[in-house]
Amino acid sequence: MKRLFTLNKYFRRNKGRLSLGILFILISDFTQVFIPLVLKDSIDALHANANKDLIIRYAIIIFALAVVSGFFRYMIRQTIIVVSRKIEFDLRQDFWTHLLKLSHRYFQNTSTGDIMAHATNDIAAVRMYVGPAVMYSIDTTIKFLIVITIMLSINATLTATILLPLPILSFFVYKLSKKIHKKFTLIQEKFSDITTMAQENFSGIRIIKSYVREAFEIETFAKESSEYRKRNMDKIKIQALFMPLLFLITGTSIILLILVGGNMVINNQLTLGDIAAFLFFLGMLIWPTIAFGWVANIIQQADASLKRLQKIYDEEIEIKESKETDNSIKEIDGTIKFENVSFKYGDELPEVLSKVNIEIPKGSTLAIVGHTGVGKTSLVNLISRLFDTTSGNVLIDGKNIKLIPLDVLRKNIGMVPQETFLFSETLEKNILYGVENLDDKLLLNRVAEISQLNKDVSQFADKYNTVLGERGITLSGGQKQRTSLARALAINPKILILDDSFSAVDTKTEEEILINLKEFMKDRTSIIISHRISTVKDADNIIVLDNGVIAEQGKHNELLELGGIYYDIHYKQLLEEELQREG
Amino acid sequence: MRGSGGKHSVGGQSQDDEILGKAYDSKLMKRLLSFVKPYKKYVVIAIFMNVVVAALGPLRPYLTKIAIDDYIVNKNYDGLVTISAILFGTLIFQAVVQYFLTYYTQLMGQNIIYDLRVKLFAHVQKLALKYFDKTPIGRIVTRVTNDVESLNELFSSGIVMIFSDVFIIIWILIFMFLMEWQLTLVSLSVLPLLIYATFLFRKKVRESYRDVRFQLARLNSYMQEHIGGMSIIQLFSKEKKENKNFAEINDAHKVANINSIFYYAIFFPIVEILSSGAIALIIWYGGGDVINGTMTIGVLFAFIQYTEMFFRPIRDLSEKYNIMQTAMASSERVFKLLDNDTIIENPTTPITINNFKGNVDFKNVWFAYNNDDYVLKDISFSVNTGETVAIVGATGAGKSSIINLLNRFYDVNKGSIRVDGVDLRKISKEDLRNQISIVLQDIFLFSGTIASNISLGDSSITEEQIVKAAKTVGADNFISKLPPKYSAEVKEKGATLSVGQKQLISFARALIFNPQILILDEATSSVDTETEMLIQKAIEKLLKGRTSIVIAHRLSTIQNSNKIIVLHKGEIKEVGTHQQLLNKRGIYYKLYQLQYKEQEVK
Ligand SMILES: Nc1ncnc2c1ncn2[C@@H]1O[C@H](COP(=O)(O)OP(=O)(O)OP(=O)(O)O)[C@@H](O)[C@H]1O
Ligand SMILES: Nc1ncnc2c1ncn2[C@@H]1O[C@H](COP(=O)(O)OP(=O)(O)OP(=O)(O)O)[C@@H](O)[C@H]1O
Ligand SMILES: [Mg+2]
Repeated sequence: MKRLFTLNKYFRRNKGRLSLGILFILISDFTQVFIPLVLKDSIDALHANANKDLIIRYAIIIFALAVVSGFFRYMIRQTIIVVSRKIEFDLRQDFWTHLLKLSHRYFQNTSTGDIMAHATNDIAAVRMYVGPAVMYSIDTTIKFLIVITIMLSINATLTATILLPLPILSFFVYKLSKKIHKKFTLIQEKFSDITTMAQENFSGIRIIKSYVREAFEIETFAKESSEYRKRNMDKIKIQALFMPLLFLITGTSIILLILVGGNMVINNQLTLGDIAAFLFFLGMLIWPTIAFGWVANIIQQADASLKRLQKIYDEEIEIKESKETDNSIKEIDGTIKFENVSFKYGDELPEVLSKVNIEIPKGSTLAIVGHTGVGKTSLVNLISRLFDTTSGNVLIDGKNIKLIPLDVLRKNIGMVPQETFLFSETLEKNILYGVENLDDKLLLNRVAEISQLNKDVSQFADKYNTVLGERGITLSGGQKQRTSLARALAINPKILILDDSFSAVDTKTEEEILINLKEFMKDRTSIIISHRISTVKDADNIIVLDNGVIAEQGKHNELLELGGIYYDIHYKQLLEEELQREG
Repeated sequence: MRGSGGKHSVGGQSQDDEILGKAYDSKLMKRLLSFVKPYKKYVVIAIFMNVVVAALGPLRPYLTKIAIDDYIVNKNYDGLVTISAILFGTLIFQAVVQYFLTYYTQLMGQNIIYDLRVKLFAHVQKLALKYFDKTPIGRIVTRVTNDVESLNELFSSGIVMIFSDVFIIIWILIFMFLMEWQLTLVSLSVLPLLIYATFLFRKKVRESYRDVRFQLARLNSYMQEHIGGMSIIQLFSKEKKENKNFAEINDAHKVANINSIFYYAIFFPIVEILSSGAIALIIWYGGGDVINGTMTIGVLFAFIQYTEMFFRPIRDLSEKYNIMQTAMASSERVFKLLDNDTIIENPTTPITINNFKGNVDFKNVWFAYNNDDYVLKDISFSVNTGETVAIVGATGAGKSSIINLLNRFYDVNKGSIRVDGVDLRKISKEDLRNQISIVLQDIFLFSGTIASNISLGDSSITEEQIVKAAKTVGADNFISKLPPKYSAEVKEKGATLSVGQKQLISFARALIFNPQILILDEATSSVDTETEMLIQKAIEKLLKGRTSIVIAHRLSTIQNSNKIIVLHKGEIKEVGTHQQLLNKRGIYYKLYQLQYKEQEVK
């Protein structure tokens, strides 16, 4: 339960409103409790054959008390529940702020569905705690204290007798809630399985259809849904006990009241009005009794949810600025150096890069080639700090990149990731994503021209206002890649990284883009990853990665003379053509 | 979806989420009830038990009245014990019936939503890609999960509870009228006020509910999309801006919720006040009668209890109104999806092609994704069994679109496509697709294992076959280096594999299904040359006697084709073998020159 105190800072921000809310609860409860007392007096008066005026006065008082109590009930919701929504806002905002800081690794290893579940279910559970649970527990406690005091003052024995079943009710509610909560967790897990399955199935619908896997998928889905139904029924078997138990125990209290209280009336130890008042008081206590069990449960759930949220908060922010970060660095020039850089994705995983040393002078172009899965992407990801090196340093302008403020670093690197991600926004908003001025048409046209996107766009009915499908689904493969390229160019970066960015672009368009880029890259540093010799041959320096180390390095001609891997690739790309020519 | 709508697509919300739904809509209800049909038995049991339970509750205050008037006032202790025992008996009986009532109605609800959910999922499997192009995945997921779920509440608590509330009210009225009809009328005199308050409440809550739902949908789709694009946010240092965007959406959500609190905050106290008002009236009016001796105190007691009992279901009804409304709105969305007929239908009597050979014929094919923005214009070509045809052309020329048509992801606007001489539209899609394997340009992996991604869960595929396919495409190299080998975990979208590795896995997937027609859409675009050549050699053998269509930008991969088609802006510009096209000195020749110039070193 200690965890719940972490919420104190949120409560503190709303101190004023909260204390008001508690005050309102007090007032409302006090007025409400008076109603049965007046009722008692009026019934006793009736029994004693009082006059009519007195009765009318009692009736009016009852109504007036109800109005006052009602008004403050209204005020309670307007304070406490409103506060809970405000706290929910803060919680969610803090959660998002934290997510924005988490590293690439976290998002690669955690499914979107999981994070969404935290953002929705867990935060909702905590809100239930800060709002309704707080409201009811205060309300309940106050009411209990007042009502029981009054009841005891009327008749202690009777009070003890008829209240006997209530703790049992609380106990059962608590026990059952706990069991139900366990079952509920199982249900939630299955529900999240179903959600994930639907999500993946719909995203991969092209594959499912191509390979005629619909029947299989439906069968799997039905199986999961059936399991979900079963878990629900398991919960219901217990949950269905709730209402009957409630009847049984509260009903027993009333019967005890009639039996024991009736007997006291018969023996003249009690009046009928007392019984009426007790009847009313019992009604007032029943809900709080249930609420006790219920609130205990909400608190438990909130605690569990906080635990899960806490886990995300405790998630190490891997990529961050430190005390040594030199905030005086406002710009970078673009000289990049790898010093003995080694990198692996996890302690148990093999090294992807081992002791790599590279120098990329400012304004030059480095090309990287190498087999599938050799570590090209991993290498460039170290420069923009999507990951940090396992050992060794990456330096820019001679300074360790860890000392450069993160946003200075990233704002100066134009990265075109190997896998394209576009937002379901207009083309224009996607291209200008990284710039401040969103109306810069000049810039828009310039980068679209460099990336040869303008010709495609001119054929779209809505031009740059064309709204893309999710992840850019309504563009062709090459169009997506070039949009992503244009987005990177738009931020006017000092360093440009192209990770296999022409794989879906035809050679002619690629050639045109490369010519345009030559101009653009004049005094920028650039890194190009490609499998095509034609793409990399003009680079100032070409490195060949193999087995985590730089196997070869040099200019196109030098590498050819070397007769190694690069020569081999080139030869193979050439060979095809030769063979064809002869054949 | 180009241009149409979507201008405010920040959160990807749609009109669908705005569907408000009435709390009761007879057409929808009828349709919903059709799902209840298979469970008629349960309904009958539930209604019967409902009548019983509803009667038992109001019976108790009546017994209380007897206890007071006949025994307590008359000082009859034995009678008091007897009546207490009877009260206890009815209590236990009520509890037992109540348990089974809840159990059976929930069972019914669970069964119904199971049926509905599976039906809906199966329907989505049938929908054409056109639908998926235009609909955010998150929204379809919500239909199948949350929307169906909120129907559960309708079936398992909503309908039945409303029944029982109505029964309770009826029973209470019966008891009250039987006891003292004048006092009944007096205590019911607050009813019009209550009904009016409820009516107002419903109307207001309805509006604020729409807002809350809408904002929630916005919040969720924003988060969903931006979690997916987190690396872009970070790479472009847009954390501050996205934090602000989020705050705006988060705030709108908060405001919507706070607005809706008002209606609840005011409605519940009003019900309480009215209920106390009714009690005050009973005391005032009934008190007079007691004084006059025309009424007993026991009746007064009973009425006070009845008033409490009477107001509870009414208060509940307005809370249930919410459930009903959510459910109705959800069912409307669910049915809308079920009714969606963006389906490429199979012919009623499909022709089955025995001994499928794999001849493909495009004849004057025109195709547009939207209206008449034709992306393919008058395309004609043919591929014979065993041939390999290559399609080349600039990006966006329409290459992938040709494939989409052949696999019948979309239907042609004009012209026709035939396989083995039969129009695609005359054979069943499943038969067709069973003969075709495609390596799609967009790589997609499911979370699971590497093996399950290659076999797609088909249990008839053996481990050996999987390994063999992986070896053919050269994926075995890296897979066997992973500690769990083929059962290595694949994360969502294959996040922890390199792009080339993912492509190899999806290539292996295509081979394992042993197709008559193999289509490779940029299938090796992210793979190194050595592996690519290895694959080419390996599949050459596999392809003997089969048809293949290859799209590639790296010309080296297609030179062996029997035929090369050059596509430009949706039209076929050149057709021929590599040599013929070179001799022609047209577009292909230029492309070729570009790729190989300066590269030859002697
Ligand atoms: N689902 C879609 N909805 C609307 N338009 C689309 C859709 N898919 C593709 N297009 C458009 O159709 C045209 C042809 O696209 P297609 O994917 O066939 O090109 P492609 O030749 O395969 O290109 P690439 O080489 O870049 O993959 C493009 O202008 C593209 O924007
Ligand atoms: N997040 C990750 N966690 C664990 N292993 C990873 C992760 N990302 C990549 N790997 C592994 O690290 C190795 C290098 O991957 P990387 O993406 O750098 O290759 P690449 O050279 O870019 O390949 P490609 O040419 O296919 O793009 C691969 O074996 C890959 O499976
Ligand atoms: Mg890579």
